[in-house]
Amino acid sequence: MQLVVNIVVLAAIYALIACGYVLIYRVSRVLNLAHGELMMLGAYLLVTTASSFSGNPFAAIAAAVVLSLLVGVLVYALLMRRMAGEMVLAAVLTTVALGILLRGLMLLVFTAQQQYPGQALALANPALALPGGGRISTFAALIVAVAALAYGGLFLFLQFGRWGVRMRAAGQNPLLAAQRGINLHAIYALAWAISTLTGSVAGMLIALDSGLTGSMAVIGLKAFPAALVGGLDSLLGALLGAVIVGAAEVLSIQYVDPLLSDVVPFLVLIAALVVRPWGLFGTREELDRV
Amino acid sequence: MFRSPPRASGYFRTDYAQDLALVQTRLEGVAVAALTIALAAFPFCATAFYLDLACQVFLAAMGALSLMLLTGYAGQISLGHAGLLAAGAFTAGILFREFKAPFWVTLPAAAGIGAVLGVIFGLPSLRLRGLYLAVSTLALYFVVAYLGGEYENARGFSTGIMIEPPAIGGFTLKNPRGWYFALLAAAAAALLICANLLRSRTGRAWRAIRAHETVAEALGIGIAGYKLLAFVISSAMASLAGALFAYYRGFVSVEAFSLFLSIQYIAMIIVGGMGSLLGALLGALFVTLLPYLIEAVVMRLPNAQSYAGALFALDYSAFGVVMIVFLVFEPLGLAGIWRRLQGYFLLWPFKYRPVAGMRK
Repeated sequence: MQLVVNIVVLAAIYALIACGYVLIYRVSRVLNLAHGELMMLGAYLLVTTASSFSGNPFAAIAAAVVLSLLVGVLVYALLMRRMAGEMVLAAVLTTVALGILLRGLMLLVFTAQQQYPGQALALANPALALPGGGRISTFAALIVAVAALAYGGLFLFLQFGRWGVRMRAAGQNPLLAAQRGINLHAIYALAWAISTLTGSVAGMLIALDSGLTGSMAVIGLKAFPAALVGGLDSLLGALLGAVIVGAAEVLSIQYVDPLLSDVVPFLVLIAALVVRPWGLFGTREELDRV
Repeated sequence: MFRSPPRASGYFRTDYAQDLALVQTRLEGVAVAALTIALAAFPFCATAFYLDLACQVFLAAMGALSLMLLTGYAGQISLGHAGLLAAGAFTAGILFREFKAPFWVTLPAAAGIGAVLGVIFGLPSLRLRGLYLAVSTLALYFVVAYLGGEYENARGFSTGIMIEPPAIGGFTLKNPRGWYFALLAAAAAALLICANLLRSRTGRAWRAIRAHETVAEALGIGIAGYKLLAFVISSAMASLAGALFAYYRGFVSVEAFSLFLSIQYIAMIIVGGMGSLLGALLGALFVTLLPYLIEAVVMRLPNAQSYAGALFALDYSAFGVVMIVFLVFEPLGLAGIWRRLQGYFLLWPFKYRPVAGMRK
């Protein structure tokens, strides 16, 4: 039972992070390799707001969420906008560079010390007993709930929301979308904002649950295989991929070797790339024409 | 055409041999000779610190050249270069530790392992393109790093493997000056191999693949073979650089081959300029010296000691900024700047190259 709980929690973490990769890739075909760092930045934003709103945890979290939206928009407006229309690989390398820059800045500002925003906000994290004998910490349960909420919300938004439909249109054919009067820059900025938001929320919840160190960005990178296994442009795929990667990781830690935890997601990734590179639910890339 | 840097007037090629020559004009010959003399004289007038810097630059140059071959010329992106360096270093370390193998066994073995890994890293490239290929090399990097860490743990070398300096006959390569010449020779050999590959059929095939894969295939170029060849040669070279790095440091640890190292090598070829061997060298020089430059600047500031702890973080940030600046504002890199500078003086007093039809 505990194993199932562990798998669900890890899958929820990966799913919440992976939807950021999917969203940006789906809209602009850019793989955001700075997602892990943006997520860590979200967690550090919470540390910052926690010290200024220490009496009021909800205000602190709300402020951090708003700030993370702003960060996403700024990243697009200041940096990624310049890479629009460049080669995709140049854009990907730019996100790599952004990740390095953010990591350096966060190290400069917040040092490598472990931080506990949960304690700073005086939020307790009691373990809840589940029917069937498993135990789950409050914030881990919250992560699962938020992941479900995020996926439900994103699905409704993309399916029925006015901006969601525009977003899908921009992802399908940017040129036609622009000709129909859709503001591509606004769409891309929105995608970056939502993606940073979900990533940051994941970062904040992980930080509340188990503390925050400089190595959190690795979790972000480990969520990437989840996005790819399911198909880089499919939200449903990301959800399923997160379950697969999470299950593989938890089971191999349990039964094989705890050291494997860092490498299992990437082994799954390699397997997926060998068998089905476009992922479970992804669309096959078009043939190359001369 | 092999390459088309701006040339002064009066230089015309009359046969293909001239087109392929490594040194094309007298001025280039003089420059190469002067550079050789300067490099040979350098260790006799530099301090140990600068010798160490030079050795690091040579090692980085080998790695950057190999990545340039793969990414800059054959167009196959790799985010796992640190994994190949690690593989070479660990091959040397393990062979030395377990079998007391001398360096003339470990170095070829490292190159061999690198070649095998090159096939493994390269196999996905037969099916995947661009982004997906980059991701698969990234995943393979994690696997290699894990295997290295696992070996360290299993054998109890949790802090790393010590390696003795290479020795042949009664001579042991220990003093900095000896290392300088050894690594200079290795880097020069790497440069020569790259230059020769690139002016041959192989290099032309790679460039065709990079320009447009489908067209290259239609022209009768065996895509699969040439892609794998690019991976194999590049990986073997990177592995060799890794093994030399292990010998130079006398120490192998998986810590030294983090993902950041991969990114550093990518930064070298971006900063240097894609598709230029000169760019790989300039990039290696720039990226290797950048942290020292930052340190020198920071130490000049008032109450420098208080910043000393933040140097590492500062390096990271500066690194990100440099990469972004080059990607956004100067995609052709340092080599592009150099070419533009040459063009400026060659065309002077004109600003632009004449339009093609008006050249005569």
